[in-house]
Amino acid sequence: MHALEKILAKASGRDSVSAGEIVKAKVDLAEVNDLYLQTIKSFYEMGGDRVYDPDKITFILDHYAPAPSIQTASNQKEMREFCYDQGIEKLYDINEGVCHQVMVEKGLVWPGMVLVATDSHTTTHGAFGAFGTGVGATDLATIMLTGELWFKVPEVIKIEIKGKLNPPVMAKDVILYIISKLGTDGAVYKGVEFTGGTVKNMGIAERMVLCNMTVEMGAKTSYIKPDETTFRYVKERTGKDFKVDYTDEDYEYSEEYTFDVSDLKPQVAIPHSVDNGRDIDKVEDVKVDQVFIGTCTGGRLEDIEAAVKAMNGRRVHSKTRLLIIPASKEVMEKAIEKGYVSTLMKAGATFSSPGCGPCLGTHQGLLAPGEVCATTSSRNFPGRMGSTEADIYLVSPATAGEIAVNGKIPGKKTLKEER
Amino acid sequence: MDKIISGKAHTFGKNIDTDQIYPGRYLELVKPEDIGKHAMEGADPKFLEKYSKGDIIIADKNFGCGSSREHAAITLKTIGVGAVISESFGRIFYRNSINLGLPLMVCQGIKEFVEEGDKLEIDLEEGIVKNITKNKILKGEKLPEFVLEMMEAGGIKQYYINKNVK
Repeated sequence: MHALEKILAKASGRDSVSAGEIVKAKVDLAEVNDLYLQTIKSFYEMGGDRVYDPDKITFILDHYAPAPSIQTASNQKEMREFCYDQGIEKLYDINEGVCHQVMVEKGLVWPGMVLVATDSHTTTHGAFGAFGTGVGATDLATIMLTGELWFKVPEVIKIEIKGKLNPPVMAKDVILYIISKLGTDGAVYKGVEFTGGTVKNMGIAERMVLCNMTVEMGAKTSYIKPDETTFRYVKERTGKDFKVDYTDEDYEYSEEYTFDVSDLKPQVAIPHSVDNGRDIDKVEDVKVDQVFIGTCTGGRLEDIEAAVKAMNGRRVHSKTRLLIIPASKEVMEKAIEKGYVSTLMKAGATFSSPGCGPCLGTHQGLLAPGEVCATTSSRNFPGRMGSTEADIYLVSPATAGEIAVNGKIPGKKTLKEER
Repeated sequence: MDKIISGKAHTFGKNIDTDQIYPGRYLELVKPEDIGKHAMEGADPKFLEKYSKGDIIIADKNFGCGSSREHAAITLKTIGVGAVISESFGRIFYRNSINLGLPLMVCQGIKEFVEEGDKLEIDLEEGIVKNITKNKILKGEKLPEFVLEMMEAGGIKQYYINKNVK
């Protein structure tokens, strides 16, 4: 069995499971964010009264943090009241940050757990060897009602990454490259495991980036075998006792790929699909109105640090806005301690409070028709960050810093001149 | 649930993500009747002008990829979409739709089989699509039995109410 299968087997009280089977698995943690008042509505519509186990539920108010409208304020108010009423103590309000970062920092994620959230980027937690998957409101409501949910046991794709990354190439470039090869439907319904020397040498933040974006290939969940890096991070955060089951040697993956990233260049996914990634020197020069650094994909301390390094004391271009939204309060505090916030603000950047920001087109920096944004977030769908007539380019935080200074994506024309 | 569904086809391309089905700027809405007013707006702002209740959405592949927002399934369910047929679906959208009792069918070659405005008849139980306009038949995939059971109950909410889980 694969480690992911062992997690599902244990959670469904069985000795073994195999790909394609439907199982009912107990969920260790169910997370609801503030887009999903429907979760509470569905809970009551299904005849719910008291939640199955308030300790296994967390509410994190991040997508509209802080509330940009009366309607969202009302939705959040109802969610808080639900938590108070049901005895759900893990309520993280608008001051905390993006759910996937907050859960990890608060020690709610550990290897071998089943984590389900009302957010597609729940694949992120494969970075800890957890089975993490996203669902909608009504599925989440059934977990609040019964403590469990049905899953089809997924096949698993193995992706080996080898070679040393050449700075400023980052994990974001690696995953954009992989998605450009496998396509936005390359892993639909499947689990994606990352392995190989490059992954082994990555820190937690970089591993989270890889796993986070597997959903952009359609993946149900992702997985990186827990190792010393994982244990060190998790044990600093949680007192939880966990036992790790590893993949059997005779497990058969549905597909296997190997990518050598030794010569990888910074990647840019051009509009309007995440699998439009290409080498930066194959992109035309594009003027950029807004650079956004943030989200569960690209808003961690390491990402802000990469932008500071890339900018190297230079100012933000006079016709470009640099918007930075740290992924969490903890990230922001550390960025302040290290002086990054002050450096970036002096260079012309704007900071907003931790949360999802404009990634999903709800508030805090939307795009006008005809505008261009380069972003460290995960999606460049039409209209994703505002107008459907805006263009979104996906890049790494280091590339974002470079673009902020240049006011454009330094594509093939500029890079040729520089040589 | 009607096992035979008939309606007019509206065709879309590949990778229609849930932002296109239901744009993010409307995510604060809660009432289904409000959510229904923005169906497919990101993909085609004039969709609702052309749409009649019971019509069928045809997509190339990977329909409903991206964000987990249940609003995408709610908006289509609220306006009474007869069914969505695609070569494949984003998995969270698939689950959300089944949970709400919105019929889906996975069907290879559907995009070439149907043109905008064709009249279709679908047998969900048998997994068959009839193109009445062009007088031809295509075989898709049947829904798994437990999914069909949930659909017949009218979605997962009713399914749980029937099972009397408290």
